[in-house]
Amino acid sequence: MVDRLSVHLPCGESIVRAVDEVSFTLERGQTLALVGESGCGKSMLCRAIMGLVPGRALLPAPGRIVFAGQDLGALEAGERAGLCGGRIGMVLQDPLSALNPVMKIGRQIAEPMRHHLGMTRVQARQRSIELLRAVGIAQAATRIDCYPHQLSGGMRQRVVIAIALACEPQLLIADEPTTALDVTVQAEILDLLADLQQERSMAMILVSHNLGVVAGRAHETAVMYAGRIVEQAPTGELFARMRMRYTRALFDAIPRLDDPAQATLTAIDGQSPDLAALPDGCSFAPRCAHAEARCTGEAPTLVSDGHARHRHACWFPCAVGPTA
Amino acid sequence: MRFVGGKFLHLIVVILAVTVLTFAMLDLLPTSAAYAVAGANASAHDIAAIQEDLGLGDPALVRYGKWLAGVLRGDLGVSLVSGQPVAQAVASHLPATVELVVLAQLFTLLIAVPVGLFSAWRVDSRFDRFCSALGFGLTSIPSFALAMVLVYFLALKLKWFPAVGYAPLSAGIWPNLKSLFLPAVSLALVEWVILMRVLRSELIATLQEDFILLARAKGLPAWKILLQHALRPSLFGALTVFGLQVGNLIGGAVIVEQLFALPGIGRLLLAGIFAQDFTMVQGCVLLIAVAYVAVNFLVDVGYGLLDPRVRCGGVVRG
Repeated sequence: MVDRLSVHLPCGESIVRAVDEVSFTLERGQTLALVGESGCGKSMLCRAIMGLVPGRALLPAPGRIVFAGQDLGALEAGERAGLCGGRIGMVLQDPLSALNPVMKIGRQIAEPMRHHLGMTRVQARQRSIELLRAVGIAQAATRIDCYPHQLSGGMRQRVVIAIALACEPQLLIADEPTTALDVTVQAEILDLLADLQQERSMAMILVSHNLGVVAGRAHETAVMYAGRIVEQAPTGELFARMRMRYTRALFDAIPRLDDPAQATLTAIDGQSPDLAALPDGCSFAPRCAHAEARCTGEAPTLVSDGHARHRHACWFPCAVGPTA
Repeated sequence: MRFVGGKFLHLIVVILAVTVLTFAMLDLLPTSAAYAVAGANASAHDIAAIQEDLGLGDPALVRYGKWLAGVLRGDLGVSLVSGQPVAQAVASHLPATVELVVLAQLFTLLIAVPVGLFSAWRVDSRFDRFCSALGFGLTSIPSFALAMVLVYFLALKLKWFPAVGYAPLSAGIWPNLKSLFLPAVSLALVEWVILMRVLRSELIATLQEDFILLARAKGLPAWKILLQHALRPSLFGALTVFGLQVGNLIGGAVIVEQLFALPGIGRLLLAGIFAQDFTMVQGCVLLIAVAYVAVNFLVDVGYGLLDPRVRCGGVVRG
């Protein structure tokens, strides 16, 4: 459970509000998708959960991260490190740079097991081979002695997933796990993650900037904008009735197969706001075609729209109706 | 290993080129070696006789061939001044130089690597800034000036180490190390700075990499991240600098050798230059050049050991 978590990065005179009072709850076996444009705070949120924010970052009160009943902020650094890699695993965006280029992958997979579970070299190696098989790498017994550059991008991401799974984590954080991969491999990796999650009944946070990736794979979807969650609902519900114009814009930005050839790609006008100088009122207002006086004057809060755990932060939400 | 084989062929070619240059250097001198042998008051007749004797009348290519054949047999000619075989003189001066280089570079590593690691881990910390300032201060002092300070305190005041002189290994390992300690430290106190700076900046870049983030996400302690993940990919620049330093010290520690009266190659070379002992100079220069090339060959092999990507086809890191 994440409760009113903020991450502030002092940057010269100003403070960048990378994550601003984000709250959500995630149950065992459930997947939460975090969706938003680049720079909206998704990755920083993940890092905050892992305790890997940059040294100068501030986590102002009353933000809390509670994992399995423990307040992570109250733990000693050592205990916290015991959770990372042990009970919380993480998959990074770019598998090409996420593996140490001068270390055999076997050792990289074995490392967290040797460290957290106290396995011997032989035990850890045996288990690493099993893990490689579990993430769908053929000839695992020989591939284990490969260096990362000998593997393809998709295989490397499988190795990264194997590392994240090594200590049987209860929570898996996948930070844009497919963004850097070939389109053909993306679906395979996402399906693999979903299968592994079902098998091990882990909780998973799936970060993406693509609503299409999320559809059908996440139980719940939260849309982030400028460091805040602006709409959150069970995924089916969200797609059925988008209330936020930002969510709709994200959805419209996905290219569709039935678009006519040469159709212009839809983009969201304008740029993400400067997180160091957020406008008063709704942070999406400057880019919103439907903004009215109230939007620039007063910030909307995340409220329930009275329908199946659907929450949104907009003064003038889209009319409820079938999506285009 | 094909990688090493290819590098080795390259090494042979470079060393051959070195012998040509070394030989040509002597041949192109405005004065003939015969004048040096005969002395200032020799008659033209004497000079001609000596030239005949040294085979200086032959065409250059023939003389090069003869010289190279000699070199391959380990015969570098005889000193024009003392008549001692050059190879013998070089061999007797080699141990002091090799020991000095090994010890000085050992101290250099012992200071540079821990300081580099810690500075990079806590960039801009007090420790980092202190070490940077100290380093710049030390590099701006010549090593012989430092050496004199060290001698004054550690040798003359505290009498821990001998002020000058070299005790060969045959005199026992302890006196030997004691006689080399001060010269090695005074070299290392200057050398570590560059090595540390290179290592530090490369480590800082490595620590920004995703795989370090992943290592932290594994919950590994800081020392494991630094030593097992960050250090090895950050050693390229430091290895290059290390190789150059070793090469430089083999003939270039003249002042320190002179100051501590160490019978090293640098001093032998210097004495040869003053005495116009051209065959001696030629022998020393050849040795220094070969050592330099050999060290850089080892550095190249070292790249391959550090990074598996270099081994299988020349990936160059940016």
